[in-house]
Amino acid sequence: MSITRDEVAHLARLSRLALTDAELDHFAGQLDQIIGAVARVQEVAAEGIPPMTHAVPVVNVLRDDVVAGCLTPEQALSGAPATEQGRFRVPRILAED
Amino acid sequence: MTDLAQLVPYDEALSRYEPVIGLETHVELGTATKMFCGCPTTFGLEPNSAVCPVCLGLPGSLPVANRAAIEFTIRIGLALNCSIASWCRFARKNYFYPDMPKDFQISQYDEPLCTDGWLDVDVDGRAFRVGIERVHLEEDTGKSLHMGGATGRIHGADYSLVDYNRAGIPLVEVVTKPVAGTGVLAPEAARAYVTELRDLLRCLGVSDVRMEEGSLRCDVNTSLAPHGAADWGTRTETKNVNSLRSVERAVRFEIARQAAVLDAGQKVVQETRHFHEDSGSTTAGRSKEEAQDYRYFPEPDLVPVAPARDWVEQIRASLPELPAARRARLQADWGLSGAEMTHLSNAGAVDLVSATVEAGASPAEARKWWLGELARRANESGTELSQLAITPAHVARVSAMVRAGTLNDQLARQVLEGVLAGEGDPDTVVEARSLAIVSDEGALAEAVDAAIAANPDVAAKVRDGKTAAAGALVGAVMKATRGRADAERARELILERLS
Repeated sequence: MSITRDEVAHLARLSRLALTDAELDHFAGQLDQIIGAVARVQEVAAEGIPPMTHAVPVVNVLRDDVVAGCLTPEQALSGAPATEQGRFRVPRILAED
Repeated sequence: MTDLAQLVPYDEALSRYEPVIGLETHVELGTATKMFCGCPTTFGLEPNSAVCPVCLGLPGSLPVANRAAIEFTIRIGLALNCSIASWCRFARKNYFYPDMPKDFQISQYDEPLCTDGWLDVDVDGRAFRVGIERVHLEEDTGKSLHMGGATGRIHGADYSLVDYNRAGIPLVEVVTKPVAGTGVLAPEAARAYVTELRDLLRCLGVSDVRMEEGSLRCDVNTSLAPHGAADWGTRTETKNVNSLRSVERAVRFEIARQAAVLDAGQKVVQETRHFHEDSGSTTAGRSKEEAQDYRYFPEPDLVPVAPARDWVEQIRASLPELPAARRARLQADWGLSGAEMTHLSNAGAVDLVSATVEAGASPAEARKWWLGELARRANESGTELSQLAITPAHVARVSAMVRAGTLNDQLARQVLEGVLAGEGDPDTVVEARSLAIVSDEGALAEAVDAAIAANPDVAAKVRDGKTAAAGALVGAVMKATRGRADAERARELILERLS
């Protein structure tokens, strides 16, 4: 299991991260090492043991359909870098074609 | 933009190609609260007033699934003849778009709650079984306003404003299997499916299914292949199809467009297209090349859902009579042919007629008014029958007055007009507009005498035995009484006097 420099570049693009060539080389190497380390788990003989979802097997943690408190618009927007008309203002989403 | 001149006429396209359609329908569930937090789902609140740390994706918050949303999804699955998973998980769908503040949407990926069902739909009197691939549960996204630029669309916008009130509302996606074999009826089949699904969802009480408010939204897949081809063609996915009529038009347009592409020896590009309500056309959406890479993985903040079998059976036992079964029962009760029932159904009048019959009208009376005068009025004002400002009880009352001889059809139409205009219930309108038939013999006799006196030539003809000429005198009586005379009785009086 390893990750290529191209795959790291692809992930960076999906995450809208502008990485320089030097950073790509650097992160590709680091990520490859991390994945290599995690991949060692797969070496454990786990024949017949189903994968776990959580450390404790719990299902059906559900809440009743009852309205609980919300934030006020002021509170909700208080951490936003920019707001307008009671809404979060975000930069242009699509680049010009 | 697509050059409209390049479209192949629909019938010609179908003479060479076989369409396959598929539909993905998103339904906002009618729960009181959001999918993973206790914020209300009310439509039209002040922007960003129904939000909390969970649906804003603030650090440290944790989602907890809404039991009612799970139950509603199982109800939908059972009504669509699906298998209900005994164990399934939510997944994170990662994408870079500000309509979800978390930068991902919690959805279901390879473990949907319901799989492999079907829905029977009626297309022009023919029954089609539409296979259901899956029914899964996810959360809706926020709403964006695109600012600046000329069009108000995302292309060319300078920036966007986001309201997260809708983010996190439980959203069910119903995905059909590919629907083949509809041939020339593909657009009607698509519409019939969405109509049937909408009626089913409404009957289940799981959603208000208002397409105009976006609580029911459709993506329509269409592909074409030459007749007899072994493989299906490349499909396009048309988004933003938000009315029943648009579903039909979108399929029709894509068939004509794709036929032109194939006729020119080119290949249909697999892409997302946008439907434009004004022109009825579709245009290519943005490239999905990267957006398709959603990097799904099991949502670590939620535990699996494992609906107990006895819970599922309890839900199954609680399902109401579904629309198809109800239609069959009503058709038999009302003694209608299949075509008559389909007509009633397509007009959106089944519930209205049923309620009118319950309020005391005969099925024939109820059908007559809803499919006649009221359908005409709805059509004129461009609304649905159910949106008219008149209730089944009003229609039943008008029917009763006609039956009792207090109103004739012409007067009844005036009463309906008055009710629609907000003048009150039928009795009030009859009173205020003095619309009741003149049952007072004396008053009628006066009108008859006046008509005879005013038309001596006609009266002479009737005396000479040309009784057909009496019609003109009846007309004069009706005019004098502003339509309130009993025409039959007036004719009798005229003939008596002129015999």
